Amino acid sequence: MKRCVHVVAAMAAIMLSASAAGAQEKLKIGLIVTLSGPSAVLGGQARDGFNLAVKTLGGKLGGVDTEVIVVDDELKPDVAVTKVKGLIDRDQVNFVVGPIFSNVLQAIHKPVTDSNAILISPNAGTSNFAGKQCNSNFFVTSYQNDQVHAVLGKYAQDKGFKRVFLMAPNYQAGKDALAGFKSMFKGDVVEEVYTPLGQLDFSAELAKIAAAKPDAFFTFMPGGMGVNLVKQYRQAGLVNIPFLSAFTTDESTLPAQKDDAVGFLAGSNWAPNTDNPQNKAFVAAYEATYNAVPGTFAMQAYDAALLIDSALKATGGKTSDREVLKAALKKADFQSLRGKFKFGVNQYPVQDFFLVRAAKRADGKYQTEIVEKVFTDAVDPYAAECTMK
Amino acid sequence: MSTALLLVQTLNGLQLGILLFLIAAGLTLVFGVMDFINLAHGVQYMIGAYLAAMFCAWTGSFWAGIALTLPAALAFGLLLEVLVFRHLYGRDHLDQVLATLGLIIFLNQAVKTVWGAAPLSVPMPDLLSGSIALMDGLLYPVYRIALIGVGLATAGVLYLLINCTRVGMLVRAGATNAPMVSALGVDIGRLFMIVFGFGAMLAGFAGAMVAPILSVEPGMGDNLLILTFVVIVIGGIGSIRGAFVAALMVGLIDTLGRAFGPQLLRLVLAPAAASQTGRSLAPMLIYILMAAVLFYRPSGLFPVKQ
Repeated sequence: MKRCVHVVAAMAAIMLSASAAGAQEKLKIGLIVTLSGPSAVLGGQARDGFNLAVKTLGGKLGGVDTEVIVVDDELKPDVAVTKVKGLIDRDQVNFVVGPIFSNVLQAIHKPVTDSNAILISPNAGTSNFAGKQCNSNFFVTSYQNDQVHAVLGKYAQDKGFKRVFLMAPNYQAGKDALAGFKSMFKGDVVEEVYTPLGQLDFSAELAKIAAAKPDAFFTFMPGGMGVNLVKQYRQAGLVNIPFLSAFTTDESTLPAQKDDAVGFLAGSNWAPNTDNPQNKAFVAAYEATYNAVPGTFAMQAYDAALLIDSALKATGGKTSDREVLKAALKKADFQSLRGKFKFGVNQYPVQDFFLVRAAKRADGKYQTEIVEKVFTDAVDPYAAECTMK
Repeated sequence: MSTALLLVQTLNGLQLGILLFLIAAGLTLVFGVMDFINLAHGVQYMIGAYLAAMFCAWTGSFWAGIALTLPAALAFGLLLEVLVFRHLYGRDHLDQVLATLGLIIFLNQAVKTVWGAAPLSVPMPDLLSGSIALMDGLLYPVYRIALIGVGLATAGVLYLLINCTRVGMLVRAGATNAPMVSALGVDIGRLFMIVFGFGAMLAGFAGAMVAPILSVEPGMGDNLLILTFVVIVIGGIGSIRGAFVAALMVGLIDTLGRAFGPQLLRLVLAPAAASQTGRSLAPMLIYILMAAVLFYRPSGLFPVKQ
């Protein structure tokens, strides 16, 4: 009996010390991105970019041991909500980083911002959370969705294109993309074509483009749709019509598009050849670790980790006082890979945007490269509606 | 609407139809002869595309790649038959749907594990990489024309196989009354295996043929599978001829509807409303066609006589 008591006491002591060690200010971050389905490559880049940052900082953000819990939202809002609640209630994470897609963001925004965790989006930046529904617990390290499309609209306008043919998949982001383009383009829109989401053969649409003979073509075709469109656009001999796009020719699709995409134009807040020391180190480390060229998804997730790191340094590693933590986050006191970075009132970035061109590098890999700056210190069009102090 | 544009769009429709036919041919046989619902048929199309991507990269030649893909797709189909499908023939349709749906999920993930989630591409063979100017400003790739030719040739060969060979006769007989064929001393299990393997090979072939124009990615067969089921339902389950006619109809209606629907509607509606309606109506056209066919001919255009 006595021995039993000893054993129990010893076990209790071990468990207590173990839990005490576990509770010793370990930082927990839930990373929720899309890791299955055709878009898995985007989430994979974000995951790899974030993990690379944590690894580069020695497994610690702001000097605190960091555990990253990666979950897959499956690009399903309902699944994402369940998983994000698991991260908050079971894993008790301090930060939720994610997601990639705007529809998932709409679903997880409230559960996270109502909890004790802070939500940092490394990609999705919808207009509603930039404007009236802005929230002090929500930060974005990417952009407001419209801005990337507006870059191309501005370029088309400045370039003096008179007639432009627009095409996007028939869903919210597709419609937003064309609206974003048109917000800056004042010329004539020859035709707006919406294709079913997931369409892979664009031969009918390409024949229409050829018949319309526009000055330029703008599209938003993420993932496999973009791979197909670009290949078929070139096969149809339409390359003399400038191909402007967003999220269609980036580092996630270029490995499959290869030479077919070279010379095609896109908009971005960064490119792998952005010239600053921290970015050169990042691109080299990413390529060495994952054998792929990083895209904006990886870059923005990396910046999200740097953002958390900077805030925790300012608070001395503490996450307990949320107001102090949020104030530290809002300062954005870190060396962004894209160079300049600061937050606007709505906690979306205020940053430069560039026209980028797909190119083949000397080592045979493909990447986007900066052509010219289109917007300087751009504030998104919804920030004025945000009443957050 | 110029005649050139109409011609080009008709070719596009034909090409989609041919592609659908290659996939639907196997599916309709499996469904018709074995009374087996194989949702995983689209996955075999995907596997064909991935095998082609792999073999083309290995051998550096498109032709060698295709030549290797065919037996590999056949072997894969037979492997699935032995491992999974064989155990499902006697079960009811719900079991088959559940099992083959599971197979879709499993194989989509498996493909991602083996080849990665990023889309792959297959370079176009030099011989077919040229293009013809069919209309002002638009080059029509020779490859797409070749695709139509190959599809038509395959249809011809299939027609001969089904109508002029002993195996074809058994397949036709099996589609009409499988238990009777079995009672007459034909090894129905082996017949099923041949049909199944052949169907898988056709789907794989279709996947390999489109690999140079479409991206090869996980889940690429899932969207096509639905269209394929529409095709075999319109054509009449078990009928190769029905599948051929229905595939061309679906391909043409879908493409021409998308291309010209808004213009036609503009004759009766305001431009904005026409483009809005046309956009929503075009993807529905084939389902409207299917509903109409089912209303007038519930067992499809070319029903197999029971």
